[in-house]
Amino acid sequence: MTCRALSVRATKDTDRLPVDFGEFVRHRGGSGVPVVQPRMGFSDPARMRAGLVATRRADAMSVGTITVDSYTRVGDSDALKAALRDDACLNGYPIADHPADTTRRVLSGVLGPDFPVQVRHGSANPDRIVRALIALRLNATEGGPVSYCLPYGRTPLAESVGNWTRACEEFTGLLDLGIEPHLETFGGCMMGQLCPPGQLVAISVLEALFFAQHGLRSLSLSYAQQTSAEQDREAVAALRRLSSELLPTDNWHVVVYAYMGLFPQTPHGARRLLATAAELAAGTGAERLIVKTADEAHGIPTIAENVSALEGAARAAALHHSDGGRGPTPPDTGIYDEARALVHAVLNLDDDIGVALVTAFRCGYLDIPYCIHPDNLGRTRSHIDAEGRLRWTDSGSLPLPRRVKAGPGRRITSSGLLADLSYVRRKFDATPAPAPGDE
Amino acid sequence: MTPSVGVSSATGRRGTAVVTGMASDSHTWNLVFLQLLLEENGFEVVNLGPCVPDDLLVDSCRSTGPDLVVISSVNGHGHQEGLRVIARLRATAELAVTPVVIGGKLDVIRGKDTRHAQRLTAAGFDEVFTEDARTTARFRRFLDTLNSRPATPPTRRGVLV
Repeated sequence: MTCRALSVRATKDTDRLPVDFGEFVRHRGGSGVPVVQPRMGFSDPARMRAGLVATRRADAMSVGTITVDSYTRVGDSDALKAALRDDACLNGYPIADHPADTTRRVLSGVLGPDFPVQVRHGSANPDRIVRALIALRLNATEGGPVSYCLPYGRTPLAESVGNWTRACEEFTGLLDLGIEPHLETFGGCMMGQLCPPGQLVAISVLEALFFAQHGLRSLSLSYAQQTSAEQDREAVAALRRLSSELLPTDNWHVVVYAYMGLFPQTPHGARRLLATAAELAAGTGAERLIVKTADEAHGIPTIAENVSALEGAARAAALHHSDGGRGPTPPDTGIYDEARALVHAVLNLDDDIGVALVTAFRCGYLDIPYCIHPDNLGRTRSHIDAEGRLRWTDSGSLPLPRRVKAGPGRRITSSGLLADLSYVRRKFDATPAPAPGDE
Repeated sequence: MTPSVGVSSATGRRGTAVVTGMASDSHTWNLVFLQLLLEENGFEVVNLGPCVPDDLLVDSCRSTGPDLVVISSVNGHGHQEGLRVIARLRATAELAVTPVVIGGKLDVIRGKDTRHAQRLTAAGFDEVFTEDARTTARFRRFLDTLNSRPATPPTRRGVLV
């Protein structure tokens, strides 16, 4: 473990060209213990800086995060200006509206060759955010034309594809300055929960291919922890296999997200779930892990809670790695075949991956269960089976291999949906708390 | 832009409910759950989805003429956005007395909800459902009270000044 002190020669660090986020993570997180990263964003510059400093100083190999507020994400500048005027607490850092010099002060002496920072936002129209990043020479962000559109807003998919095409082209302008831009797909996290892993893997790969088609050379592919450790291990293995088959660059890595749905309410349940995510990352060779905190169920976490989560996850990953790491290969239940079938069906629709994605959603080749966006056909449904694995209840028009297909079966009710949405919370809250001093 | 992203096929024997998120809130599981719950309780549901701009929210409510408006917010901006939205809804003649409720995680500061809830009801919400273990049960009981009173009860207000 390393603990990096703040640079005393702050100006030197910020004058230097930023490191490639992807290269950094592959180098530091590629040996079985992932680099850890929080999901942190505060509107107040001093607090944002304090959060980055604390992340850097954490006893873990960490990278920094600036999460942008949701007014900036949806482009509601009136609401944002009103909130800033009233000194209201936003749910993230308004990177396009705080003056560039303010943000430079936030980053000065913190951002550096041994501490890259990724900007996270969730926007289907990231133009303003990307322009702000370029002005600040910040070269790592994330998103995707599908994953930042369908689950989270009302922007038509075709418009989001156009926006992301432009954003990629602007972002790759950094290459002219000798800076390598890095983009992560959010496609492996669609809806956060209840999307069967085959489609998560497929969308993550398709978004990475979209980024590559628009000039990005440093990529990462996300996968969000779901409901079954064994199923998740198989899914990440499938993601790695498809990525190495299809991506036109070697500069890619996998980022695992700790469970994104309803988090356990007990501290020990939340810590165990986070440790399970760390074991998933360490056991599958994922180079980076995005953590959640033990207090996730109770509101937006504090800086101290984030640091504790980063350190806990790093410890769990290191322990898992020293215990033999990879573990047995999970049985093949067809996730690779399912993801591969979806990816190739979509790629065959058009040479332009953006066009292919729009067509795929129109004809149901991709269809996210429970997603109420107008451009999602909404014919698929999913549930958690008796073994805790995600399954298709109804696979709609998805071009799946025969063995994973499912037709209309059980009826989805509000209580059944809630039971599935809270399955992980219940399961981890029910595990016995460790004896005092045992954790 | 499509005004509604989901209209249920339920019979709507207890009328029509609009389910909606607000402009900055991208969460949808809350909206999917509320749609199923309201359908099971006899409402036809018009689900406006997440990130609904104020104009669209008001226009959709005005054209639907719902028996109930359910606003759900979980991104921490609910208190700020709720005050803004309820002012717009209550200033619209057709919606001045329509039952409108809000629920979820309404701010980013833990434990301040009580005061926020009072402000929201003072601003015109009929009920505020701050998230806890009994929220769904409280919401169901609220739906039952709706059924037993006239569709647009003038006495429910007293909040428009």
